[in-house]
Amino acid sequence: MAELEAVIGLEIHVQLSTRTKMFCGCEPSFGDEPNVHTCPVCLAHPGVLPVPNEEAIRYALKIAAALECKVAPRSIFHRKNYFYPDNPKAYQISQYDLPLAVNGRLGGIRIHRAHLEEDAAKTIHLGESGRIHGSGASLVDFNRGGTPLVEIVTEPDLRGAAEAASWARLLRTTVRQLGVSDVNMEEGSLRVDANVSVRPAGTEALGTKTELKNMNSFRFLERGIGAELSRQRELIETGGSIVQETLHFHPEDGSLTPLRSKEEAHDYRYFPEPDLVPLVPTEAMLREARESLPELPEARLKRYRDELGVAEDAAAVLVADPETADYFERATDAAAGVEPRAIANWVTGELAAALRQEGGDGAAGSKVEPEALASLAALVQEKKISHGSGKQVLATLVAEGGDPAAIVEREGLAQISNSGELEAIVAAAVEANPEAAEQIRAGNQKAIGAIVGAVMKETKGRADGGEVNRLIKQTLGL
Amino acid sequence: MTELLEMSVAEAATRIQAVELSREEYFEAWREAAAQDELNAYLWRAEDRAVESDGPLAGVPIAIKDLFCTEAIQTTAGSRILEGHRPLYTATAVRRLTEAGAEVLGKTNMDEFAMGSSNENSAYGPVRNPWDRERVPGGSSGGSAAVVAGSLAPCAIGTDTGGSIRQPAALCGVVGLKPTYGAISRYGMIAFASSLDQCGPLTRNVADAALLLAAMQGRDPCDSTSLGIEGGIKAPSREDLKGLRFAVPAELGGDTIEAGVRAVFEATLRRIEELGGEIAEAPLPHAEHGISAYYMIAPAEASSNLARYDGVRYGMRVEAEGDVIEMYEATRAAGFGDEVKRRIMLGTYALSSGYYEAYYGRAQRVRTKIAADFAAAFEDFDFVVTPTSPSVAFGLGEKTDDPLAMYMNDFFTVPMSLAGIPAISIPAGLAEPDGGGPRLPVGFQIAAPALAEQRLLDAAHALERAIGFDAKPGEGSGG
Repeated sequence: MAELEAVIGLEIHVQLSTRTKMFCGCEPSFGDEPNVHTCPVCLAHPGVLPVPNEEAIRYALKIAAALECKVAPRSIFHRKNYFYPDNPKAYQISQYDLPLAVNGRLGGIRIHRAHLEEDAAKTIHLGESGRIHGSGASLVDFNRGGTPLVEIVTEPDLRGAAEAASWARLLRTTVRQLGVSDVNMEEGSLRVDANVSVRPAGTEALGTKTELKNMNSFRFLERGIGAELSRQRELIETGGSIVQETLHFHPEDGSLTPLRSKEEAHDYRYFPEPDLVPLVPTEAMLREARESLPELPEARLKRYRDELGVAEDAAAVLVADPETADYFERATDAAAGVEPRAIANWVTGELAAALRQEGGDGAAGSKVEPEALASLAALVQEKKISHGSGKQVLATLVAEGGDPAAIVEREGLAQISNSGELEAIVAAAVEANPEAAEQIRAGNQKAIGAIVGAVMKETKGRADGGEVNRLIKQTLGL
Repeated sequence: MTELLEMSVAEAATRIQAVELSREEYFEAWREAAAQDELNAYLWRAEDRAVESDGPLAGVPIAIKDLFCTEAIQTTAGSRILEGHRPLYTATAVRRLTEAGAEVLGKTNMDEFAMGSSNENSAYGPVRNPWDRERVPGGSSGGSAAVVAGSLAPCAIGTDTGGSIRQPAALCGVVGLKPTYGAISRYGMIAFASSLDQCGPLTRNVADAALLLAAMQGRDPCDSTSLGIEGGIKAPSREDLKGLRFAVPAELGGDTIEAGVRAVFEATLRRIEELGGEIAEAPLPHAEHGISAYYMIAPAEASSNLARYDGVRYGMRVEAEGDVIEMYEATRAAGFGDEVKRRIMLGTYALSSGYYEAYYGRAQRVRTKIAADFAAAFEDFDFVVTPTSPSVAFGLGEKTDDPLAMYMNDFFTVPMSLAGIPAISIPAGLAEPDGGGPRLPVGFQIAAPALAEQRLLDAAHALERAIGFDAKPGEGSGG
């Protein structure tokens, strides 16, 4: 039997960080007391009408531009009808057969469509199953209800769980770069569902797909898809067939369980929303969306790697967080004579490690100014301080900020530049360690460590390691 | 006292502004009149005057159909499911009236959620026609028509989805205007069929209708579909119809019109000619399919609009054993009346997967053709005229068991709703029903192109003067 190839498409919901909800003036919120961000419109009181949020439309157009989509000259809103307490109107205003944008591309994956809609409220069903049927009571928090969402649907172009997760990360970074969403999976401002199927490698026809929901981290997304691919492969290889269904991912044990068909069997009775007029973006709106696009992560990574000579790994880490990338660029601009590659290593290496230890935010939110990091890198590169002293200065910068040169001065960390002074210290160390000296002479290069250690101890790390090695050998006449 | 009640709204407003008439005295006179309601026309009456504002309607008491949200005042839409519902806000149309100085006198009875042509679908009992209390006032704005006809209010507003202002206006002998779709904001008007619903005035004369329209019309940021009428609305002053062309649809459906109604209609056509207007037949080939299209589109939208009444956030709730879905079902089963349930089921069916194209989709295409018919007619004509209703007011209970016969009441009014164009009904005379009975009012409908309200009101004003309709309920008629 031919190998079964994975065919994966993603459906992504991006919650927009607009000042107000999609169709009313309420502020969207996360984590506030329940039902405080509500009004007659988002509670669907009798007589109210939706008014589209212009900011949300502009944000959606930015996403469409970033995904290289074709924006529809005229798109319309539809009503998607269903009874559920998370949906006070009993219909969701969404887009159906005329979406805002179609036919885009990101990171080599085709985008089928992107459209605007409103989020549902949050419900909790009391009872064992956690589902509405059979529940004794249901609680609903309308704070989230009506928050603007952009739904992005890819073509089934992804070929594995890891690829899907990595593409989803690229999408997150791209949207974050636009500044239109917090794109936080844990908080639900980014939600990713996956349509998963398999087919014999080399064939075109699509297999029966299942839809995976509730994977609220990239790790869970990868695990969920991986588990479902294994299940489908095993089923087919043992002669079974796939049933089209929606599967719920359980993060506790990584298992997938089908939603009951009763909860799935919806006839949404879509029809054009008569309370809204068609959405016809002006040429100026489209131009503004295009022209306001920042450099997107894909292009940025390419520039860091190809033009700045940054190592691929470090470049990927930098562009994954737009603020860190901006920080890196400010540091690079400030650094005279230090290669961007070295700055990148500082940002993604020593600085990231030091900040992790502090448990603080990323580089951009830290006390270490990018200009300070640049001058620190220069001090080390120019051998004005040793690498070890550099780490010490960085620790001080992380704790209290400031100017590296001043810290070097204050803490007496300047490298010993007077070679006579260093020669004397080396000579004393050789004299104090006759056994080690003997072993070195006998050819045991490892023994040099003891003497280097003694020198470093004496100089409090202010000596250049290479220079110390050279002087030891010179002293020993080697 | 009686003299106060006989004044037109325009006259009363002028006299109040000239300080020849006291606001308090005028309002009190109408409050006392409203208190005499024996027609079941009011669902709520004001005890006191609200805060007053100055403006062109200063001191004018007004009756509001109970479909309009009024802050802190019960708003039921004629339904049990909203019994006791006190809105948190006031509808734009009502707010604009009160900002122009009008004072809310009461909330009027209506068919439940504006679904009906006789007012017998109200959860709070039928409204009676002031001309004959054993007859219906028409619907769904039956309460608003009855209070104006019965001198329980000087003017009122209603809503018209397929004829719900014009038909009761005709059956009660008052003026009823359905403006262009979008001319007045729908914000705060409880939705029945969103693409058709439109607010409008019911008044004793055309000038009063113009006055109310002028105050209410205009773009509203809360209603994306609102338009407003460019240049606003001025008091109509035209006295002749010279140079104006009136189209009578070739497909008038002669067999459905009562003989008395037809006679009044024809007499009115002659009156138009006397005033210098020209009459000719024009084809409106798709208008006869209006009722079929309407009874697909309106219930479809209604099935969605009424889905929010679930007992969770406001209105009535019937607790049920089991989960929240069962509570929804129990609440909706007890809260909605039969006609509302019928239309929700029709609409749900029309929108369901596999049937959408055959029903809703096709109905929308018919709607487009009807609009195109009117557009073609308006290339040659200024107006299209018809009887407003095929019959005079019919008896209570006469059509309640025959929904189709009831729906045919809207035969002449539905096409204009589907086309979104303005139409007015003015009283044109009295006629006996087929088979005999008291002489009852007959309405004459004039329709105009979208946003041509001023032209429509001017012509209606000239015709109204020429007709000189001055009959009043209880003068030699039944009841």
